[in-house]
Amino acid sequence: MKRVSVDAVSAYFGAHKAVEDVSMVIEPARVTALIGPSGCGKSTLIRTINRLHEVVPGARIEGTVHLDEIDIYGESIDPVLVRRQIGMVFQRPNPFPTMSIYDNVASGLRLNRVKNKDTLDSAVERSLKLAGLWDEVSSRLNNPGGGLSGGQQQRLCIARAIAVEPAVLLMDEPCSALDPISTLKIEDLIHELKERYTIVIVTHNMQQAARVSDVTAFFTIAGAGEPGRLIEMDETSKIFTNPGDERTEAYVTGRFG
Amino acid sequence: MTSPTPSGSAVVAEWAADSNYRARRIKNAVMTALMLAALAVTIGALAWVLIYVALQGFKYLNVGFLIKTPPGSPAKGGGGFYNGIIGTVIIVGIAFVVAAPVGVLVAVYLVEYGRGRTAATVRFLADVLVGVPSIVVGAFIYATWVLNFGFSGLAGALSLSIVMLPLIIRSAEEVILLVPRDLREASYALGVPKWKTTLRITLPTARNGILTGMMLAVARAAGETAPLILTALGNDLFTEYNPLHRMSTLSLLIFHNATTGFKPAQARAWAGALVLIIMILSLTLVSRWLSGRRERTMGGAVK
Repeated sequence: MKRVSVDAVSAYFGAHKAVEDVSMVIEPARVTALIGPSGCGKSTLIRTINRLHEVVPGARIEGTVHLDEIDIYGESIDPVLVRRQIGMVFQRPNPFPTMSIYDNVASGLRLNRVKNKDTLDSAVERSLKLAGLWDEVSSRLNNPGGGLSGGQQQRLCIARAIAVEPAVLLMDEPCSALDPISTLKIEDLIHELKERYTIVIVTHNMQQAARVSDVTAFFTIAGAGEPGRLIEMDETSKIFTNPGDERTEAYVTGRFG
Repeated sequence: MTSPTPSGSAVVAEWAADSNYRARRIKNAVMTALMLAALAVTIGALAWVLIYVALQGFKYLNVGFLIKTPPGSPAKGGGGFYNGIIGTVIIVGIAFVVAAPVGVLVAVYLVEYGRGRTAATVRFLADVLVGVPSIVVGAFIYATWVLNFGFSGLAGALSLSIVMLPLIIRSAEEVILLVPRDLREASYALGVPKWKTTLRITLPTARNGILTGMMLAVARAAGETAPLILTALGNDLFTEYNPLHRMSTLSLLIFHNATTGFKPAQARAWAGALVLIIMILSLTLVSRWLSGRRERTMGGAVK
C-alpha cells in the first residue's frame, strides 16, 4: 500500500483547462471519495494519478504526483511502469470481449510476461475470490467474459485490476452503470479491499460516498468552461455533517448539482 | 380516460379527420412503394444476372470443366478451365499475402499512431487509390515491371495487390476505430505497453471485421480482368503453376473465350463465369458469416 500525493496538478485537454491547481494527499488503507457535479474534473484528476490522462490526444498536465517518494511524472519514469503499480476500474464494465473469464483476470499478468500456469491459476482464483465472483463463475472460467451480467462484469474487471497486485486502486464511478443490488455488492467489496489497497473512488452518488469512504474530497466548477477545483477534503463524516465551505454544504444537502 | 367517450371507433375517426394525418398517410404509402420498387429493381437485376449465368453455365459445367484445360482450337468443344482456376487461386493468393499485412499495418498506423498531416495524406492517398481504374494499375505494373521482367503471374499478383490494398486499409481502419477506447485504456491501466495492447487487445477484438474486409477485397480482386491482360497476359492452353511465367486466370479465360466468336468457346466462357461467381459468392458468404460472428462475440462490450 502506498500514499499518493497530488501536488499542484492542473490538467488540460488541448487549450481547455479541465482541472486547476489540485493538491491532496491520499492515505493508504483508506477509501477516498471524490464527489462533485458533472464536469468538475474528478474523473480527469484520477486519470492523472495513473498517467492515463495523457493517452488522450492533446491532453497534458502541470504539477506532479508522487507515489510514496517516487515522482511518477519524473523524466526517467515510463508510464507503463506507473500503471503496473496503480490499478483502475472504469465507469462501464469493459472486460476484453475476445477473452474468457479466466483470460480476462490473467490478462494483466500474461501481458506482463507471466507464463507459469500455477502462478496464473492461483492469481486468478485469489483475485476472483477477493472480487466475490469466484463462487458464481468457478465452474465456467472458460466462458466469454462478455456473457456475464453487468454487475458480474464489473466485479470481473475489479478482479482483473487486482490480479496484478497494484498498490493503489482507482475506481472511476464503478457503479454508475449498475443496478442497486450489484452496486451494494461492489460497495461491500470496497470495504473488504481497503485493508489491502489505497482506494480512490469517483462517484456521482453522495449516499455512496457517505457509505463507502473514510475521506471525501469535494470538487466543483465556477461555471461552464471553467476548470474544476478542489474545494475541500476532510473526513467523510465531517464533509457530510459539518462541511467547512458553504459550496460543499449546498452540494451535499442537495441544493445544487 | 378523462371524459366519457361515445365509442372507440368514433374517437379514432375524429383523430384521423386531421388533414395532416391523411397527407402523412399518403406520403408514407408513396415512399414505401418507391422503396419497394427500388428494392425490386436491384434484386431483379441481380437475380437476372445470376440466373442467366447459371442457366448458360450449367449447360456446360461438369467435373471435366474443373480438371481439364481448354482444347487447342476455340472452335472445338470439350475441355475446361482448370488452368484458370489454378491461376486465379495462385495470383489472388500472392496478391493477398502482399496486400493483407501491409493493409492492416497501415490501418493500425492510421488509427493508433497517425497524427496530423501525415495520417491525413495517407488516408487521402488510400481514397484516391480506391478510385483509380484497375486498368491504370495494370498499365503502371506493365510499365514498371513487365517491361523489365516480362509478363508473369507475379506481375498480375502485384497489380491485384494494389487493387486490394486501399480496400483492406479503409475497411480495417473502420473496424479498428470501432474498438472502444475503454478497452485500450483498461489494458494501459494494467501496465501493458501500447504496441502490446494493439497486438493483443485491439486487433483480436477487431479481427473478424478485418477478415471480412479482406474477404471482400479478395472477392473484388478475383473478378479483375483488365490489369491482368497487361500483366499476367494469360496462358490458354496448359496449366502453369510457376508464377514467374505468364499465367491464366478464370477472368482472363472468360475474356479470351467469350471474344472468339466460336460457340464452343463461348459456352466455356459461360461455365467459367459461373465458376467465378460461385467462388466469389462463397467468399462473400464466408465474410458475412464472420461479421455475424463479430456481432455476437462483441455483443457484451459494444453497445
